[in-house]
Amino acid sequence: MSKEPVAVVGIGQTRHAAARQDVSIAGLVREAAGRALADAELTWADVEAVVIGKAPDFFEGVMMPELYLAEALGAVGKPVTRVHTAGSVGGSTALVAADLVAARAHRTVLAVAFEKQSESNAMWGLSLPVPFQQPLLAGAGGFFAPHVRAYIRRSGAPPTVGTLVAHKDRVNALRNPFAHIREPGLTLERVRASPMLWDPIRYSETCPSSDGACALLLTDRLGARRSPRRPAWLLGGAMRSEPTLFAGKDFVSPRAGRDCAADVYRQAGITDPRREIDAVEMYVPFSWYEPMWLENLGFADPGDGWRLVESGATALEGELPVDMSGGVLSSNPIGASGLIRFAEAALQVRGLAGAHQVDGARRVLGHAYGGGSQFFAVWLVGDRPPTS
Amino acid sequence: MTGARRPARDVAVVAFAQTPHRRATEEVSEVEMLMPVLHAVLARTGLRTADIGFTCSGSSDYLAGRPFSFTLALDGVGAWPPIAESHVETDGAWAFHEAWIKLITGAADTALVYAWGKSSAGSPRDILTRQLDPYYLAPLWPDSVSLAALQARALIDAGVVDERGLAAVATRNRAAAVANPHAQLSGDVPRGDYVVRPLRTGDCPPVGDGAAALILAAGDRARELCERPAWIRGVDHRVEAHALGLRDLTDSPSTRLAAERAGAFDRPVDTAELHAPFSHQEIVLRRALRLGDDVLLNPSGGALAAHPLMAAGLIRIGEAATRVHRGRSDRALAHATSGPCLQQNLVAVVEGDLR
Repeated sequence: MSKEPVAVVGIGQTRHAAARQDVSIAGLVREAAGRALADAELTWADVEAVVIGKAPDFFEGVMMPELYLAEALGAVGKPVTRVHTAGSVGGSTALVAADLVAARAHRTVLAVAFEKQSESNAMWGLSLPVPFQQPLLAGAGGFFAPHVRAYIRRSGAPPTVGTLVAHKDRVNALRNPFAHIREPGLTLERVRASPMLWDPIRYSETCPSSDGACALLLTDRLGARRSPRRPAWLLGGAMRSEPTLFAGKDFVSPRAGRDCAADVYRQAGITDPRREIDAVEMYVPFSWYEPMWLENLGFADPGDGWRLVESGATALEGELPVDMSGGVLSSNPIGASGLIRFAEAALQVRGLAGAHQVDGARRVLGHAYGGGSQFFAVWLVGDRPPTS
Repeated sequence: MTGARRPARDVAVVAFAQTPHRRATEEVSEVEMLMPVLHAVLARTGLRTADIGFTCSGSSDYLAGRPFSFTLALDGVGAWPPIAESHVETDGAWAFHEAWIKLITGAADTALVYAWGKSSAGSPRDILTRQLDPYYLAPLWPDSVSLAALQARALIDAGVVDERGLAAVATRNRAAAVANPHAQLSGDVPRGDYVVRPLRTGDCPPVGDGAAALILAAGDRARELCERPAWIRGVDHRVEAHALGLRDLTDSPSTRLAAERAGAFDRPVDTAELHAPFSHQEIVLRRALRLGDDVLLNPSGGALAAHPLMAAGLIRIGEAATRVHRGRSDRALAHATSGPCLQQNLVAVVEGDLR
């Protein structure tokens, strides 16, 4: 069984903001897709299929919006697949699109993901009570805070680690022209003085609600050869899921996340991720998830993730930069957030990340997760085609 | 990019299961509705959850009335240890396509596909208005039956069919459903009163709840798991413009194109399972697919006999594959639709080994 190698040749993002009242939902996705086409120097006619992802339809109040968006996505007469895997959906959207190329079903595929959160209220959209299930009380923060506390207790991390991550990501965001939260002159002291929302998570350690979209153009070997700029090559990609709640679930380091990363490393021939991977775009909606996912993804031993953060290794100039773009903490159009991580990873290996470029980044990981830490999607991209 | 390309790997449907479809299932949760179907389809192959290489499901949050509804349904699969899994927010037929592609890449040798819908939890006529253009159309609340009636009227005005012809379609489907133990409506169903002219109750699908699941396997694995695998010769799907004014409602070019790309026209099929929720839509599809009188149409009774939203398309694929498994078909076509007035269409072609 031989798979077609998959390359990223076009990347587009919107300007992310709390409310993009200047565009409709269709206008938002077209803004991202148009930029991806311009980057690849392709036209709508070059796109053979479209894969579209977003988080719950309730966030905009449109059921199966891909139907209404068919024209805006240039998709009339083409296949459109709608993916929904909760918060990991942006990552899954890229992986489903990549499979269409890898299977040689289509030559060039548009992956696009969006969320227009200003159309509703995500806090309450995520808080609906479900009979016989633990409700996601008071939004995602209320659900995740106890797991952060469990991490702190288990690892012995000092209580200030989360603020280091938040400060770093918000400073990184100032170098990213698309970032939603821009706080020039932000100091660590100001992050630490911000109000406590869900102990131990402070206001400045939480992701915003954003409007935004992201688009990628994926193509085969021949398409990559015609690309005007250096492509990013897919070296490994995987999805893993486990149930939300069950006895023995490890919310601090879910097995689905570990298995997902291990599958990607196996595909890419990575044996020592800390040394062989140059940078990571990680899904960190609450600051403490950076040390937690560093351990879950195999960049640090269990209990040691916070040491890596504290050492400054994950800063833009560090030895393992994390969330160079400012991450989910700075822009969070939920359905697109995972695809933005994947896209930023590809931008880095293409050398096109501008002011937040990591010098010499050759292999970069993109990561997304969703639900109650139960859905994971990960990809590793590189500046050279896969060898096997 | 015209003409069918033979897929790079032989993949087959090896097992299928579905619930009895019923008007309402208030006494069971979605997970409880799914569990027996998942167990049945696994038992048919002797596989366990941990043996499955890839899992994909189809459903809609709007039917469940809450966000992330599919996360709870996953509990029914028993996703521990963690599984490679994905979900489409539409009919399970599109989950089937995603799983088929996954098997072609070689990343997995088996796949579990499932879908469910509890249409009875709300009023589908009202709920489906929310899938229309949110700025211009949805605020007017045009319901799904009214939109279908526009399409039926266009067909009648074009002289393609009359009301008696519509009734004949419904009668034939519900007569076939007598032999289908899962069907919700079968036999002598009255034509009823007009719901929206020219559509009567008898021309419209029943509202009901149900779930379905099937298993895919590649190459020799398929032969081990099934005596006569239903080999997938091609699957393709296409979408049309959303605005009804931009489409010729009497035709379905997306169905024709999907069929072409799936290889449906390469050789004649003996059976077709069409996802036509309204009687006139069967006529549109039949013309687009050039199905003659020699093709056995909807032996299950089709969507007029049972229409669990988000599962009805996957059921067409399962029904077609089951005919092949039982040796009652050698080459069958299955069709699924999504969106108002057949906006998005999927066509799959399955074949049995020569006997």
